[in-house]
Amino acid sequence: MADPALFEFLHTEMVAELWAQDPDPGPGGQKTSLLVLEGMGFRVGQALGERLPRETLTFREELDILKFLCKDLWVAVFHKQMDSLRTNHQVQAPLRLPGTLLCPQGTYVLQDNSFPLLVRMASGLQYLEEAPKFLAFTCGLLRGTLSTLGVKSLVTASVAALPACKFQVVIQKL
Amino acid sequence: MSSELFTLTYGALVTQLCKDYENDEDVNKQLDKMGYNIGVRLIEDFLARSNVGRCHDFRETADVIAKVAFKMYLGITPSITNWSPAGDEFSLILENNPLVDFVELPDNHSSLIYSNLLCGVLRGALEMVQMAVEAKFVQDTLKGDGVTEIRMRFIRRIEDNLPAGEE
Repeated sequence: MADPALFEFLHTEMVAELWAQDPDPGPGGQKTSLLVLEGMGFRVGQALGERLPRETLTFREELDILKFLCKDLWVAVFHKQMDSLRTNHQVQAPLRLPGTLLCPQGTYVLQDNSFPLLVRMASGLQYLEEAPKFLAFTCGLLRGTLSTLGVKSLVTASVAALPACKFQVVIQKL
Repeated sequence: MSSELFTLTYGALVTQLCKDYENDEDVNKQLDKMGYNIGVRLIEDFLARSNVGRCHDFRETADVIAKVAFKMYLGITPSITNWSPAGDEFSLILENNPLVDFVELPDNHSSLIYSNLLCGVLRGALEMVQMAVEAKFVQDTLKGDGVTEIRMRFIRRIEDNLPAGEE
C-alpha cells in the first residue's frame, strides 16, 4: 500500500517537470503542458475506473454516476468526499439549425473546499495563477473514470480561492 | 487504492517520458532527477512522521531506509544484504516492487530502468541529511531477474558549507 503522500509528491514533481520542459512559456506552450497532464490523468482515471468495485452498483441515472465520482472515487483517490455536487441541466434547443449552439445537457459542478493537491500550496489568492497546473491531471482523472463507465465528457476546473476548487463536468451526448 | 493511484500515475509518467525522450538513457536520467527533487522534500515528511533520530553510521541508515522508510511509503520491507568489508556499500533486496505491478517492458526499451525514480529519491533524501550516496539498480524483476536489487554506496559525508564571510 503506497502512502498517499507519495502520489502528492509525484504529482507536484510532474507539474514542475512538464512546465520546466516547455520551450514556449506563452499561452500556446502552457496549453500543451496542461493537455499532457490532462492526458496522463485520463489514462490513470480509465485504469482506476476498471479497478473500482462497482459490481454491486447499478447506475440508474447519470446522477448516480456523478455521485459515485463524488463519493467512491474521491474517497479512493483523495481520502475525502467531494463537498458539493450541483447539477445545471439546460433544455436542448428544439431545432438544430447550422450554426446554432446546442445548450449543454448534463452539466455538473463538483466542488471541493479543500482540494488536497492545492492544500499544501497556500490559501487565498496567492498562487491563483499556478492553480490550473495542479488541476489538469485531476480533470483528466475524472474524464477517464467517466469514460470507463461509458460516459463521454468534458471536464474543466476553476479556482476562486485556494484551496477550494470546482470541477465542471459536461456530459457529451453521443 | 492509493497504492494503485501512485503505481498507475508512475506508469503514466514513464510512458510520457518515453514519448518525450528519444532514448532510454535520457528517460533514466530524467527519472533520477525527478526522484532527486522528490527526495529532497520527502525527507522532511519522513522525519516529521517517523521520529527517527540521527543515524550514527551507514548500517543504522540502512536499517532506517529498509525498515522504516520503505515500510512507511511503499508498504514493503526490503532485506539488507551484501555489505562490503568497509561497511560503505550494501544491497536492498525487494522481493516485490510495487511500482511494477501490471508493468511489462516492451522489447524496444531494454535499457530502461523503470523504477529509477527510487534511486533519485534515495539520493536526494540522504543528501538532505548530509550523506552523499550512489543508488543504482543491479537486478530488476522487469528484466527477468529473480529479485529487484538496489545497490547503495556511501560516497562521503557532506559538511555544511557556510556562506562566504561567515565564521
